[in-house]
Parts: sequence; structure tokens; C-alpha cells
Amino acid sequence: MRNRQDRLTALLMLMPTFILLGIFVYFFLGKTIYYSTTDWGENPSQPALSENVIRQNIGLQNYQNLMTDIIQAMFRNSLTNMFFFFVFFVVGSVAVGLLLTIILDQKIVAETFFRTIFLSPMALSFVVTGTIWRWLLQPDGGLNYLPTVFGLEPFHFNWMNSQDVWFQFTWDKVPQYLTFVGFAILALLAVRRVLRQDWRSASFMSALAGIVILIFAAGVWDRIWLPLDVPEAEPSIAPKGFNAALVGVIIAAIWQMSGYVMAIFTAGLRGIPEDLREAAQVDGCSNLKVYTHIILPQLRPFVISTIIILGHTSLKIFDLVFAMSGPDNARTVMPGILVYTKGFRQNSFAQASAIATIVLLLVIITAVPYLYVQLRHHE
Amino acid sequence: MNDTHFSGAKFRHYTLRTTLYILLIVGTFVFLLPIFVVVNTSLKDPAAINLATTWRLPAQFHWQSYAEAIEKFGPRIWNSITLVTNATLLSAVIGSLNGYVLSKWRIAGERFLFPLILLGLFIPYQGILIPLFEFMRDARLYGGIPGLIIIHTIYGLPITTLIFRNFYIEIPDEMLEAAAIDGAGFWDIYTQIVFPLSVSGFVVVIIWQFTQIWNEFLFAVTMTTGAAEPITVGLAQLAGGEAVQWNLPMAGAVIAALPPILVYLILSRYFIRGLLAGSIKT
Repeated sequence: MRNRQDRLTALLMLMPTFILLGIFVYFFLGKTIYYSTTDWGENPSQPALSENVIRQNIGLQNYQNLMTDIIQAMFRNSLTNMFFFFVFFVVGSVAVGLLLTIILDQKIVAETFFRTIFLSPMALSFVVTGTIWRWLLQPDGGLNYLPTVFGLEPFHFNWMNSQDVWFQFTWDKVPQYLTFVGFAILALLAVRRVLRQDWRSASFMSALAGIVILIFAAGVWDRIWLPLDVPEAEPSIAPKGFNAALVGVIIAAIWQMSGYVMAIFTAGLRGIPEDLREAAQVDGCSNLKVYTHIILPQLRPFVISTIIILGHTSLKIFDLVFAMSGPDNARTVMPGILVYTKGFRQNSFAQASAIATIVLLLVIITAVPYLYVQLRHHE
Repeated sequence: MNDTHFSGAKFRHYTLRTTLYILLIVGTFVFLLPIFVVVNTSLKDPAAINLATTWRLPAQFHWQSYAEAIEKFGPRIWNSITLVTNATLLSAVIGSLNGYVLSKWRIAGERFLFPLILLGLFIPYQGILIPLFEFMRDARLYGGIPGLIIIHTIYGLPITTLIFRNFYIEIPDEMLEAAAIDGAGFWDIYTQIVFPLSVSGFVVVIIWQFTQIWNEFLFAVTMTTGAAEPITVGLAQLAGGEAVQWNLPMAGAVIAALPPILVYLILSRYFIRGLLAGSIKT
């Protein structure tokens, strides 16, 4: 089995895959990053679709335009939308998925039947889901009229076309929010370390929290942030925040993905040795305590993986929104959709590449903790 | 004393069980509600579809919407079938060979090659879309199903390789060593030992790739045009128009959802294995 010729065959068999992925993944990613620094599609004298188009390097100009140019407000909206979609979609899916997992863990009759139902939306495409929910969320019908089946008054929420904006903010306040969130997380960690009497890391965390506050107080943020001069064009007309039109998209996404979360958690649950639970029950732990003290801590790596996977789904989200509210709806637009509209509709390839690069960066940043957990889990 | 305590516990037990089942049944209704609405609407006479009566059953079944939706899809159903069959089989076969090499042949640089292949699972496809479009155009593959088959085969390789590698690791090395001592080479071992043992691996991979490719939309909408589009693009167009007749998109959604849903219902055990392979690496 280990003779030289066979080993060579083995290596040769792997080469096509390696070369293909080298080109179609790594080389193309590099190309996208390169295109994001050019004027491809911006220069009127160079037709974007011509096969020998000349692209000039313009450095980080596309990124600066995306962040500051008034006409690129759509992109900044898409970042805000993606952020709120991410938060509510992940929290909702994990909560529903965890609830289903725990309920189905109680020696339920017809457990397989319920599991099959809850996981079934995963077999559908996002386009089908989007089409279905678009119909369900018509303002004068669908879900709004469900109460009429029971003789009640219909709801009047204007799902996909709602103009409401919650959690409004302005861009110049973002450093304050980030500082606050960073400080809160670090302070919380410090308190937990103190409770565990781990003084060394407690002081380390407190020091970090102090540094976050110091950076803010010293005005470092203002130096970096304010020169970006993000325009607040007519904030009364287009307030930034959580667009209520996203609620429907979030519900549809949770409907589709919470069964998946349930499947992952169930797999994790089955990996917990049965004697561990029994031992806890013999020791007089109540059912609730078995969950809070034994099962949930054991599920932690699975929860983190799930958050990362769903986070990536949010970063890439495209087809669901496309099918539900169309690619041009500013209240539900996502970066993944803008790559399509800018690139394939408007031929602004360089700007589309810049947006794609930003999405890619976000994916890489969020994949780091995932890989960390996976590797640590291995050891 | 003892008796009342006992019945108290029993009472608590039954209340808890009842609550659990009520929750499950409510959950089942919530999960099935959208499915009910789609099927219900697709079977109504278009003239009878009215937003306010979404929840009423059709007065009589109106099957014409299905015929009409199939007619509107035109070649797109067949396109999806061609695409899915070819891309699924190609990516499964290549993935199987890759998995065999990576799990059973200590080749140079394996520790480096495998992670590089795996990272392909993480990339957002928006990140390669524009160079891919350029490449397809220059290779004269843009716009049609053959190009899309190539795309789905290539981007399917990381997951198929991963599933097969994890599957083959379970096959004891001694079995292959014994065959090798009897003079079996690379291909003999694959065709006589590894391949016959991988039937369930192939089922998992084929089901997974089938549903993924059938349901895929981003490549479909950017890399194909007109009569060469797959069914997901056809559905988006059916539903995306301004004056929508809702019976048509709903019938279209049922048609587009039917193949993966059937596969899921019949082979859900294998579907879940594919689902988990993409999320939890072993």
C-alpha cells in the first residue's frame, strides 16, 4: 500500500481539487480585494463590461466613498440592517432552538415526528421561504388576519413596508456606544473573575476596561472617527436604527433556522454521558438544576459554534431578503444584496468588490473565535 | 402525610407533561402554518384569492395553477434537474477520492492541504462572485447550465471531501494494509474495499449536495440568463412582479420545494448527518 508509485497516484488525485480551489477560492478572493482598490466601473471612458477594460488603482478611495459619500448611504444602511438582523436572528434562533431541544429531551411520545416537523424548513430554499412569508406578511391579509379566524380583530402591522425605526442612533455617537459595550463586557468579566477569586485575571480585565475608557477620554476615537465625516443627511427623513420592516425577515429566518439549531444542540446533548446526568439526579439535583449546572455548560461549545454559523448566515444573507422584499428595498437591504445590485445590475464592479471585501473581513473576524473553540475542543 | 406528598408530586408531574405537550402542539402549528397557507393559496381559484380570506379553505380545488406554474417555469425545471444531477455526482465522486487520499494515504503536506480545502467552507460567495463572473465570461461558460455545473462542483468539493474523509477514517487501516500485502494498489483498494463500504457516505453526500444545489440562488441568479436559469430564479421572478397573482407563486413554491422536501422526509436521518457535517467538525 505504501509503494512509491501509489503514493504518487494519491497525490495526483488530490491535485485537481487543490488547484481548482486554489484558483476559485484563494486567487478569486485576492482578485476581489484587488478590484476593490481600482476604478473598475467608475471611469466613464472605460466601459465596465469590455473584455479589455483598463482598471486604474485608486487606493482606498472606494472604501472612503462607501463610508462617507452621501449617495452611498444605502451601504451604511445595509450595515445597520445587517447588525440588527444578526442580533435578533441569532438570539431568536438560539432561544427557540434551545427550547425545542430541552422540550424534546423529556422522553416525549412521537419525538421523531416533532423533530421532523421542526427541522423541515431547513430542506426549503431561502427563496421558497421568502416567497411564502412575503405572502403571509401582506399588510391586509395573512398573519395580520389570523386573529379573524378566532373572531378577533385583525392586526394592522405594516410588515415589509413599515416606516418605523427603533433604537435610533447617529453615526457620530457610535464610538460612545462601542466604548460603553466594550467597558460593560470587560467589567462583567472582571466581576466574574473576582467572584472566582482569580485576582490576577480580575486585575487584568479591570485594567483593560480602564484602557477602553481612557482611549475614549483621550479623544483617540474622535481623531479616527470624525475625519471620516460620515454625513448625517437629513436624519429626520432617513433615521438610522432598527427598521421595523426587518421584523418579518427576522421571523422568517428564525422559522427556517431554529430547527437547525435544535439539531446541533441535540447532537451536543447526545454527547453528554448518561451517567453524568444520573449521578446528578442521584445527588438530588432537581430537573432544572441538571440543566443549568450540567447540560448547559456542556453545550457551551455547541452554542458558540451555532452563534458563529448563524452569524455567518447573517453576514452573507441574500436570497431570503431578495425573495421577501426585493433587492431594492432600502429598509431591508443587506451588504450581500448590494454586491449583487452594484456589481451585476449597475456594473459598479469596484464598489461591489469593496463591499464584498468588507463582508469577507467580517467573516474572517468572526471565524477566528470559531476556529479557536474548535481547536481547543480538540485538545 | 406521605400520600398527599406523593399525589402532590404526581400532580406536578402531570401538569408539567401536559404543558410540554401543549407547547409542542402549538409549536407544530406555528411551524406548519406557512406550509398550510402556501398549499391552501395554491389550490384556490385566482378570482377567489383575497387577502382577507387567506385562512379559509378553497371552495373547490383549483389545480390549474400548478399547470400554469409549470408552464411559466418552462425549461427551468429541467435545467435544475440537469444541474443537480451532474454537479451532485461529480462533486460526490471527486470528494470521495479526496477523502480516500486524505484519510488513508500519508501524503506530503496533508496537514497543510486539508485545512486549505476546509477553509473553502467558510468563504462568503459574494467574495468571489465578480472574478468568477469574469472567468466564466472569458471561458465562454457564462450564462448557461454547464458553467453552473462546474461552479457547483468546485464549491461543493470542500464539504464532500470533509464528509468522506471523516467517513473513511472509521475504516480500519489494517483492512487496507492486508489488501496491500496481497498486492492491491491504489485503485484496487478504492474499488474493492473503500468504495463498497461507502454507500451510506454517498447517500449522505448526495442528499446534501442535491438539496443545497437545488435550493441555491446566488450563483443561479448571477451566472445564468433567460431560458438557462434554474428553478429558484424562476420562482423569484414569478413572485417578484408588481401585480402578483398569488396562486402562481404559491404553486411555484410548492413545486420548487417538493423534491428537497420529499428527500428530507424519506431520508431525514441522512439529511441530518449532512447538515451536522457542515457545522460540527470531528
